[in-house]
Amino acid sequence: MAETHILTNNQSGMQPVQIHASEKKINTLESSFNRVHGRRKRIQQVLFMLFRTAAIINGMGLFMVVFFIAWNGWEAVTWEFLTQAPTDSMTKGGILPCIVGTLCLGIGAIFVALPIGIASAVYLNEYARPGKVLRVIRLGINNLAGVPSVVFGLFGLAFFVTWMGMGESILAGVLTLGALTLPVIIGSTEEALKAVPNTYREASLALGATKWQTIHQVVLPAALPGILTGAILGLSRAAGETAPIMFTAAVFFTPTLPTSPFSKIMALPYHIYVLATAGTNIEATRPLQYGTSLVLIALVLGMNLVAIVWRARLRKKIK
Amino acid sequence: MKTDISVRIVFFTVALASIAILFMIMVFLFMEGLPIFKRVTLFEFMFGKYWYPTSSPPDFGIFPLILASIAVTLVSAMISVPLGVMTAIYLAELAHKRVAEIIKPIVELLAALPSVVIGFFGMVVVAPFLQNAFGVSTGLNLFNAALMLSFMSVPTICSLSEDAIYSVPTALKEGSLALGATHWETLLRVILPASISGISMAIILGMSRAIGETMVVLMVAGGAAMIPTSLMDPVRPMPASIAAEMAEASFRGDHYHALFATGIVLFLFTLMFNIVADQIAHKYRQTGEASL
Repeated sequence: MAETHILTNNQSGMQPVQIHASEKKINTLESSFNRVHGRRKRIQQVLFMLFRTAAIINGMGLFMVVFFIAWNGWEAVTWEFLTQAPTDSMTKGGILPCIVGTLCLGIGAIFVALPIGIASAVYLNEYARPGKVLRVIRLGINNLAGVPSVVFGLFGLAFFVTWMGMGESILAGVLTLGALTLPVIIGSTEEALKAVPNTYREASLALGATKWQTIHQVVLPAALPGILTGAILGLSRAAGETAPIMFTAAVFFTPTLPTSPFSKIMALPYHIYVLATAGTNIEATRPLQYGTSLVLIALVLGMNLVAIVWRARLRKKIK
Repeated sequence: MKTDISVRIVFFTVALASIAILFMIMVFLFMEGLPIFKRVTLFEFMFGKYWYPTSSPPDFGIFPLILASIAVTLVSAMISVPLGVMTAIYLAELAHKRVAEIIKPIVELLAALPSVVIGFFGMVVVAPFLQNAFGVSTGLNLFNAALMLSFMSVPTICSLSEDAIYSVPTALKEGSLALGATHWETLLRVILPASISGISMAIILGMSRAIGETMVVLMVAGGAAMIPTSLMDPVRPMPASIAAEMAEASFRGDHYHALFATGIVLFLFTLMFNIVADQIAHKYRQTGEASL
C-alpha cells in the first residue's frame, strides 16, 4: 500500500517540485557558506599579515640601528682609531684603552662566572631531585637574572668597592659583572647538559664508573661545545653592560693602559655614554661616538653571531 | 663512594651561590639605603612629590621617579606586547622553517644590542624626529624612552611566548581544525587560551626588564624629576636618577643613602614581577591536555 502511495505521489509531480525547492535551499546555504567562509578567509589573511608585519618590524628595528650606526661610523673607524689613546681632552684620537678595558672586564667576568655557573648547572641538572630545594634555587637564579643592572652597580659599589675595600678597580668591575652574567652561564650550561643523551650516562654507569667519573669524563666533555657557546654569550653580555661598571670600574679618562687589577679603566659602553651626554663638545665628537658605537656593536654582535651559528650546528649534530 | 658524596656537597654549595649573591644584594642595599629613613619617613620618601636632593634643605620624595618608571614601562608594554606576541605567533605557527631560522637569530641579536647603543640611537635619531614631527620642546621624553625600551623587551616577550605557544599539545590544534575551525580561529580560540599562562609570564618578564633598564632611560627620558602629564613630557625614572646622581652624591651622605633607598624600591619592583612570573609558571604549568 505504501509503495503505491509513493508511486502516486511521484506521478502527481510533487517530487520534482520538492527537489527544486531543496536545491534552492542548498544553493542559498552554499552561497552563505561561501560568504561566511570568504569572510573567515579574509580575516585570516588580514590577521596573518599583521603577524608577519610584526616580525618584519622586529627585523627592521635591528637592521635600522645597525645600518645607521655603521653608515655614520665606518669612516671614523681607522687603524689609528683602534690603536691610539684619546687626545685633546677626548675630542680626537682613538679608543684603544676602551677596547682593552672592555676586553679585560668581559673576559674577567667570564673567568669568575664560568666555574660557578658550570658547577651550579651540573648540580641542577645531574644531582638535584625535584623538590623544594631545587625550586628555591631556581627561584634564586631567576630573580638574580631579573635584578636591574643599575642595582648590580649599587651592589658592587657597596660591597666590592667600599666594604671589601677594592676601590674603583678592574677587580670590582669584574666581580660585579661576574655576578650579573652568572644566570646566563647557568642557563646555557644547563641547556648543554640536557642535550647530552641519557644513554651516555647509562653506558658509563653500567661500565662501573661512579657518578662523578661519569660527569667528569663523559657528560662534561660531551657538553663542552655548548658550554663554550654560553660563555661567549655571557662575555658579550658583560662587554655591553654600562650601568654596573659606572660606579665600580669605569672612568672618564685614564692616560695609561691598565697595569694591575686595581687600576681604574676605560670601557667602550661608558665611553659612548660619556661622549654622548657629558663630553666637552658633544656635537664635535659625534664621529667618535658613532665610531665607538660601531666598534662595540661589531664586538658584541660578532660574538653573538659566532655563538648562534655554533649552537645551530651543535643542535643539528645532536639530532 | 666517599668522593662522590663530597663532590655532591661541593656542587650543592656552589649552586647556592646565586641565592647567596641575591641575598647579599639585598643586605647591602638595605645597609646603605635604610639610613635615609632617619631623615625622612617612609611615607614622605615614597609619596613625596619633590625630588631636589641637592638643594638646601633637600627634598627626598621619589614619587615622581616611581610614577615615571611605571609610566615608561606601561607605555613601552603597549608597544612591545602586541609586537612581541604577534612575532611569536608568526614564528611558532605561520613562518616556514627556513624563514623562522632567519628571524629567530635576528630577535636574539636584538636582545644582544647593548643598551647604551639603543640609548644613543634614541638620542641622535628618534629625539630629533619626535621634536620635528610633533613640535615638542624636547625629543628626549617619556614616549622616546618607552619606544627604545620596547626594543629591549620585545626579544624577551617574543622568545618566551614562542616557547609557550610551541608547548601547546598538537592534539588540541588538530581537534579544533578537524571540527572545521580555520587556522586563525584555532589560533585565537584554542592555542592562545592554552598558552596564556606562558604568554603572561613572558609579558611580566619583559616589563620587568623594561622597568630595570638603565642606560636607555638615562639617555633619552629627558631627566626632569616631575610627575608626567603627557606622553611628550621629559621624565626621570628611578634607574636614571640613580645612575646620573651617584657620581655627584657625597659618600654616605643623605643623597647617597636616598639613592640606595631608590635602588631598594626598584629592586623590590623587579623582585615582585619575577616572583609573580614564577608563580604563574608553576601554578599553570601545561603538562598535557588534561590540565586544561
